[in-house]
Amino acid sequence: MIFLETKKLTKKFGGLVAVNNVDFTIEQGKINAIIGPNGAGKSTFFNLISGFHPPSSGQVIFKGHDVTKLPSNKIAQLGVARTFQTTNLFEQSSVLDNIIVGHRLRTKSNLFDAIFRTKRLKTEEALCREKAMEVIEFVELEKVAYKPVAGLSQEEKKRTAFALALATNPEIVFLDEPAAGVNPDETEGLAVLMKKMTLKGITVCLIEHKMQMIMKLADKIMVLNYGEKIAEGKPEDIQNNQAVIKAYLGGGAIA
Amino acid sequence: MSKVQRIAILVLILLAIIFPIISQNDYFIHVMTLSFIWMIGVYGLNLLAGYTGYLSLAHAGFFAIGAYSLGLLTVKAEMNFWPALLLSLVITGVIGFFVGLISLRTKEHFFAIYTLCVGYIIYLVIDKWDSLTEGVRGLIGIPAPANIGPLSFETLQSHYYLVLFFLLLVVLIMYRIVHSLSGRTYIAIRNSEDLAQTIGISTMKNKLTVFVISTVIAGLSGALYASFVRFIGPDIGSIAIVFDFLTYLLVGGIGTLSGPIVGTILIVVLSQRLQFLQDYRMLVFGPVLTLLIIFYPRGIVGAVVSWTQKRKASVHQPIIRAKKLPEEQVKEG
Amino acid sequence: MEILIQQLFNGMTIGSVYSLVALGLTLVYGILHIPNFAHGALYMMGGYITLTMMTKYGLHYWLAIFVSILVVGVIGVLMERFVFHPLREAPPIHDKIAAIGILLFLEAFAQFVWGAEFQSMPTPYGQVVQIFGLTFTMQRLLIVISAIVVMILLTLFLKKTFTGSTIIAMSQNREGANLVGINTNRVAMLTFMISGGLAAIAASLSAPINLVFPAMGQLVILKAFVIIILGGMGSVPGAILGGYILGFSESLGATYISNDYKDIIAFVLLVLILSVKPTGLFSKGGH
Repeated sequence: MIFLETKKLTKKFGGLVAVNNVDFTIEQGKINAIIGPNGAGKSTFFNLISGFHPPSSGQVIFKGHDVTKLPSNKIAQLGVARTFQTTNLFEQSSVLDNIIVGHRLRTKSNLFDAIFRTKRLKTEEALCREKAMEVIEFVELEKVAYKPVAGLSQEEKKRTAFALALATNPEIVFLDEPAAGVNPDETEGLAVLMKKMTLKGITVCLIEHKMQMIMKLADKIMVLNYGEKIAEGKPEDIQNNQAVIKAYLGGGAIA
Repeated sequence: MSKVQRIAILVLILLAIIFPIISQNDYFIHVMTLSFIWMIGVYGLNLLAGYTGYLSLAHAGFFAIGAYSLGLLTVKAEMNFWPALLLSLVITGVIGFFVGLISLRTKEHFFAIYTLCVGYIIYLVIDKWDSLTEGVRGLIGIPAPANIGPLSFETLQSHYYLVLFFLLLVVLIMYRIVHSLSGRTYIAIRNSEDLAQTIGISTMKNKLTVFVISTVIAGLSGALYASFVRFIGPDIGSIAIVFDFLTYLLVGGIGTLSGPIVGTILIVVLSQRLQFLQDYRMLVFGPVLTLLIIFYPRGIVGAVVSWTQKRKASVHQPIIRAKKLPEEQVKEG
Repeated sequence: MEILIQQLFNGMTIGSVYSLVALGLTLVYGILHIPNFAHGALYMMGGYITLTMMTKYGLHYWLAIFVSILVVGVIGVLMERFVFHPLREAPPIHDKIAAIGILLFLEAFAQFVWGAEFQSMPTPYGQVVQIFGLTFTMQRLLIVISAIVVMILLTLFLKKTFTGSTIIAMSQNREGANLVGINTNRVAMLTFMISGGLAAIAASLSAPINLVFPAMGQLVILKAFVIIILGGMGSVPGAILGGYILGFSESLGATYISNDYKDIIAFVLLVLILSVKPTGLFSKGGH
């Protein structure tokens, strides 16, 4: 079965077509990347495929289920997680406190449990905490686990955001420009972390501007230009693809 | 909770209990009881505005709905106080549910404006619907809480303890909600609704739950007010009341557990001290509100908490991976 | 029929005042995305300053209004500089609370300086005129005419002058405006100045037919919010149109439905709109 695919995915804003008829499949357990010049519709496509915005037409199919119309919290429960370009963390709280809530979707306790401190709440709190510690260890943030996010470096914030996504027990994580605003050495570290995720069986899909990083890291790349797919394949195919070269040269700067 | 905090809380409760005995001054006891009633209302607002980030300006309306429900049920329907109290909370909650259902679809400014208008509609309805609410004449003769067995609430002192009991109950419930997975969920929503949704949280369901609880608590505060003051007029639903609540909350610390108590006590005491200012007290508190939000957005409690956190941060603990993890630092004061 | 025409004219008068207040509110919202809850207090200050200038310093009505525009405009600028500017990166709940703080302060201030009682403003235009067999007071005619003149001048300023077009540019795209070298700070201050000035004009025009008191801005500002949600937050024509729509519905509602509940019309309207479209009418879709 195909792990995750889009069929004729389209998004229109008023008269503007941001994403046009895109068919794309994500390979399970691999690192999949979406690239394209500025304004190519990457972010929009990303928001559609991760279930964050509804498409105008077309479908998103995850493990055989049509998830096109599901709200993003339901999609998350199916095992789809994502991060945002701006990490959106709660800066005054510690890393651990930020991440604990990530496992909330796998728990059932409600307000009644909260007010009466039921056994279920206590077990589930311990569970969430344990999960948080596990993912903190996975992203190697043990040293700052109790520090408020406000004091972290940009790279550490990115790792915290990864950890939060991982705490939901996802099968696939969508990473929105994970290396933006991070220096080259740290970028390397984040790349290693993404590899580590796939080794754990988690599929990764990202958009990224840093071309060198993508070419080294990705197993599969799709290129968007003006909202349309112009190429899809392995990094070496993409690098030699005439349409891609033209799009990037025509679009101005290339990293 | 640390040991120091535990002791501090016990001492405070003890102080509240012996206050009427040492004070002996009816006026002070009256003022204290009123402050406790405000605090309850401020806790209602705090849960919503402080923990989910939705600034409701309709809460004076829900305060008034609680007060008028109790007043009308006891005066006009001649119900016993206790079932009337329960029913008032239900009424407030049901109205809160429907208002929340619609208003929570809006965000930020729209939510504030929407609730401001809802609050105004509630106020106008109370003011104009004479045949039910007695309009500007006000509703007179609301009875004190009925006896429970040998317990009577006719005296000021006994009323004080009754209100104190409800306050402590509300604080306990708040503490437990905030320090549970549900509380974490609400904070996640306040922090970023988009992020919360993508980590699998049904934001609408959670916001609506909080909205309803928050209105019920405001309603409780109103109902207690009605039975304490014995007289209510449409003014209790006016915007001025919600602004008072906001001032108490902001000065104490929005999104903190002890903020409502600290802020209310401080301002009530200050207002007593500044008697000569009376109607002009906003001359002082207005700028205070504005300055606080610029320089100390989390009020007095927030400022103290971040100060102690900074001190603690210099001695940070290494991570221990074991079954029993160290209690995480209590982030809410 | 005569009643209808009379009421339509009344609606036009009220609508003119609403439009002016809503214009100031919508300009500030367009530029800074702040719902300025203190705008009603600016309106109130405008009323008092004109009144004081007339009664205390014996200035002529128009001169008093001019002073009022300047003073309230400056208060607006001070608000921007000392409150909203420092809060521009803060969470959205903050600027609303800060604005409420200013509102509370200004109302208490007015009460402190001018007292809590209702005061009436004298006008040199108290006479009654007869047109087509209908009676109008001069002041009401004046409100409509002045408001229309002010709106035309404002539109010309926004459309035809360089400074005006920077305001439009900034309301459409703040970052973009910054990039093309528009001094966003200056534009923000200017917008607050205009916004305060408009509030002062509206209050000074309407005060002779209403009254001057510390809470006079409360209901007006609430309605102005309804208007800009109706007309699209940040839209100039929307604020004008919305103002008149509300003015007409209120005066007709007062006559044909219930005078007691005429103030509720605006809020019911708003609740209905937001219930159907949570982001307001004419909001720009998605991003």
